Amino acid sequence: MCPPARDGTTEDEPVTDAYSDRGNKDRSIANPRDGASMSSSLKGEATPSTETAFLAGIDMTGGYGRGADILHACTVSVDPGEIAVIVGPNGAGKSTAMKAVFGMLDLREGRVVLDGQDISRLSPQDRVAAGMGFVPQVRNIFTSLTVEENLEMGAFLRRDDIRPTMEQVYDLFPILRDKRRQPAGELSGGQRQQVAVGRALMTRPKVLMLDEPTAGVSPIVMDELFDRIIEVSRTGIPILMVEQNARQALEIADRGYVLVQGRNAFTGTGRELLADPEVRKSFLGG
Amino acid sequence: MLNALVALMNFVVIPATAYGAQLALGALGVTLIYGILRFSNFAHGDTMAFGTMVTILLTWALQAAGVSLGPLPTALIAMPVGILGAAALLLLTDRFVYRFYRAQRAAPVILVIVSMGVMFVYNGLTRFVIGVDDQRFADGERFILSANAFRDWSGLDEGLALRTTQAITIVTAIIVVAALFWFLNRTRTGKSMRAFSDNEDLALLSGISPERVVMVTWLLVAALATIAGTLYGLDKTFKPFTYFQLLLPIFAAAIVGGLGSPIGAIAGGFIIAFAEVAITYPLRKILSYLLPEAWEPAGLVQLLATEYKFAVSFIILIVVLLIRPTGLFKGKAV
Repeated sequence: MCPPARDGTTEDEPVTDAYSDRGNKDRSIANPRDGASMSSSLKGEATPSTETAFLAGIDMTGGYGRGADILHACTVSVDPGEIAVIVGPNGAGKSTAMKAVFGMLDLREGRVVLDGQDISRLSPQDRVAAGMGFVPQVRNIFTSLTVEENLEMGAFLRRDDIRPTMEQVYDLFPILRDKRRQPAGELSGGQRQQVAVGRALMTRPKVLMLDEPTAGVSPIVMDELFDRIIEVSRTGIPILMVEQNARQALEIADRGYVLVQGRNAFTGTGRELLADPEVRKSFLGG
Repeated sequence: MLNALVALMNFVVIPATAYGAQLALGALGVTLIYGILRFSNFAHGDTMAFGTMVTILLTWALQAAGVSLGPLPTALIAMPVGILGAAALLLLTDRFVYRFYRAQRAAPVILVIVSMGVMFVYNGLTRFVIGVDDQRFADGERFILSANAFRDWSGLDEGLALRTTQAITIVTAIIVVAALFWFLNRTRTGKSMRAFSDNEDLALLSGISPERVVMVTWLLVAALATIAGTLYGLDKTFKPFTYFQLLLPIFAAAIVGGLGSPIGAIAGGFIIAFAEVAITYPLRKILSYLLPEAWEPAGLVQLLATEYKFAVSFIILIVVLLIRPTGLFKGKAV
């Protein structure tokens, strides 16, 4: 494997340890060149009240390294049993917002709260230990390891018996039980995403964060993945996810956040947002 | 006909298998470092030399004290200590050299150059302690099966010899490789090493500690290098410069098999060894048994002189890099 590409923008970060810069920091997701035309008319529409939510990133402002701010007082949150979805045009900072919640960029302002505790200063690894399950958008499985080994590695931090959790994951994603001895890299796109989500669930996280789980899969597989995500949510675990397929995602969302240029443009239940004429006109395409 | 087969076994198959096993163990070390630490370690040959040197020094001490394993070479008792010596050296080097460059997030090519510097230091260290000359440390029974005994038993013109060191090499290599694969595939630590090699970001997200993985890697490399070096030294002789030269066939083996792929390292080791031995061995004797007398070749039918054996590794290496840069077993692209 080639070593992770060095991202020029992270050079000036204070080094906490030798590996602190190696994360999914691909800036291409938040390409600032797109979506510039929508800014003026959409500013400052709503600021959701999230002070008491189970997981909340509150008034997050910041960017990568010393680069320009990508997020501007952006707020997202989710409560148990809920699915919260971040949508928005290309370059709106959706993935960046999620990475900010996960501690992959330095916040200049704002804070992140998990279960009543301020975790703004924790590294991504420490946030995993604190109960965050994160599924990156790309390279989110160990391709040369079997499905079962992927799940075992997900539970690496745990020292107790992981068999029951693994059974739960297999119950959620039955196809993985059949393929548990197969290298994960040999599975189809949709199955790989199930492995990725399963791996994150193995830590028994308090919240699950998904970065575009349906990127690159067919519409049929996408529907199935959404069904699975709803099932995971029914187990009570709060889910925060970023989605490119806005309409379908908002249909299953208890909370929806429309970001534009790193700001909260619209916030409401998924149904409200889908019904909002302005959201429809400017963002969902009528 | 049978004579040709026996001659082929005696002069090509058995020596190449033993040599291949030694190369495979060396290439496994190189491939592990490449997979986990992500650079080609040029100091590997001299790591082998250092581990072997410690083994030899202790072997001499044991021999002087009258300790022996009977028919087996005394070096087998000393080898664990040699492994510890190499492990100490590698861990110290990692602590004071490689860790610094990891903290800098140095590019792999810089680490390669650093490893060359380390190579020269190890090289000097070994020569300073034990000297530059050939050292012999093999003892015990020399043959399991001697050529004369085989001739008497079979009635053939050709003899078949199996040296104790060759048998030990092959048996040890099988045990070591089985243990390594068991470790990598069945234990938690081994799996975490494979996960780290596969996808470093996700390994970190899963809470796998990079420093621990790196440490375990060096320990495995110390064991593999010392075992490979000691077996090579028992089979031939120990000379620091020869170990430095072994770097080329070892790298060729690792790259031919696919860098980062343990199975590839083993396959590559045997491919390189068989090619080297077969191409530099004079085939005249074998052909003379197979062909009618009139066709008997006048020359030696030696495709390349033994002095050119490293050219064989080189040619295979270049052909593989041109045709299939990821190696036979789909390692990581070079």
